[in-house]
Amino acid sequence: MSKLILFVFAWLVWCLLTWPPSLPVLLAGAGVAALVAYLTGDLFVKRPHLLRNPVRYWYFCFIFLPVFVWQCLRANVDVAWRVLNPRLPIRPGIVRVHTELKSDVGLTFLANAITLTPGTMTVDIDRGAGVLYIHCIYVKETEIEAASREISGRFEYILREIFE
Amino acid sequence: MIDFVHVVGMVFIGGGVAFDLFGCLGLVRLPDVYNRLQAATKCVTLGTCSVLLGTCLIVGPSGGGWRALLCILFVVLTAPVSAHAIARGAHRAGIRLWEGSVSDAYSEDRDALNAKQQARNDNAPATPQTETRT
Amino acid sequence: MRTLSWVLGAVILVAVVCWLAVYPPPLDLGPEAHYAAFVTSAFYILLLAGVLCLFRVLRGPTSADRLVALDIFGVLIVGCCALFAMGTGQSWYIDIGITWALMSFIGALALAKYLEGRPLDD
Repeated sequence: MSKLILFVFAWLVWCLLTWPPSLPVLLAGAGVAALVAYLTGDLFVKRPHLLRNPVRYWYFCFIFLPVFVWQCLRANVDVAWRVLNPRLPIRPGIVRVHTELKSDVGLTFLANAITLTPGTMTVDIDRGAGVLYIHCIYVKETEIEAASREISGRFEYILREIFE
Repeated sequence: MIDFVHVVGMVFIGGGVAFDLFGCLGLVRLPDVYNRLQAATKCVTLGTCSVLLGTCLIVGPSGGGWRALLCILFVVLTAPVSAHAIARGAHRAGIRLWEGSVSDAYSEDRDALNAKQQARNDNAPATPQTETRT
Repeated sequence: MRTLSWVLGAVILVAVVCWLAVYPPPLDLGPEAHYAAFVTSAFYILLLAGVLCLFRVLRGPTSADRLVALDIFGVLIVGCCALFAMGTGQSWYIDIGITWALMSFIGALALAKYLEGRPLDD
């Protein structure tokens, strides 16, 4: 099941890479995708039954992506303002943030989203305790609860619907 | 011909190039590795994605356009992961934070984390550290 | 002192950006010439950003600084490839960009592991 999903995904990527499609190119792509799926299929999708639920796709496309793009734009304007400011208004530090997410993909997406949003960057993940170590460019809260609400609260409730 | 789509694409490219420049300026101005990593990763990732999106709009839905969209996907998925890896590597290599920093919770907890990871490595040696969906 | 150096840097930067943006003067040959001049000046500004990255590679006090600058330089090259593809109309430049993005990602991961002091097959 997992290998089949990876095969379809890899073939799709191949088709986009060699866009004007022709029969020999498509056949070669099927061969390469089958090889890739056979070799690394077990690493890709751990719980394939989740992929059958269409509500997760809708959540991903229409709630996670707009929030993500908006936060990303805010982050860039924020960083550009801090860099161009002559007084360099930074107050950096590493704080702890608590998270409820357990699955690997959910944690990866949460860490990537935190890295691309205003003033924060993931340094390390303690998966057993559910603690993320976040480097902030301007620390407002060092208390774990307040920092969690401030930093990961923007994404966590969405990602819980999608990946848990 | 220069039409509306070209103008929108050129606006995207101009904004992307400006953000690239700001990101590299942050790389020069900010005081320590972690701050530089933040500014550079955010600004340059969004800037390059914006340039690629403008290219996709101008080239149109042909081979180049699809490849530019795929390239946006790869850049967005890989840039935060490599930033995270570099930040963790720098911290474990013992590079201090800037002296104006407020708190460093990670070095307080690092001994416990190392012990836990050692135990996990002894039990299950084949655990991947980070997982990407490339 | 700090304000003075900021003002000096800002003046130099604005001057260089203005010079790069108008350096190939757009002859009034119609909209296509303006378009080509726009792509060229965008490419020059990306080159300026690359020079700033190389300054950090040269000066970086620690090896992590150099690693960060190299990683960012790879992403800048992807943007340059996209501009090349648009300027010349050859779409295989974007293939180079995709390959460069993935290879610099793998290289950055490997170098970060090396910096961390762990074996690469962990």
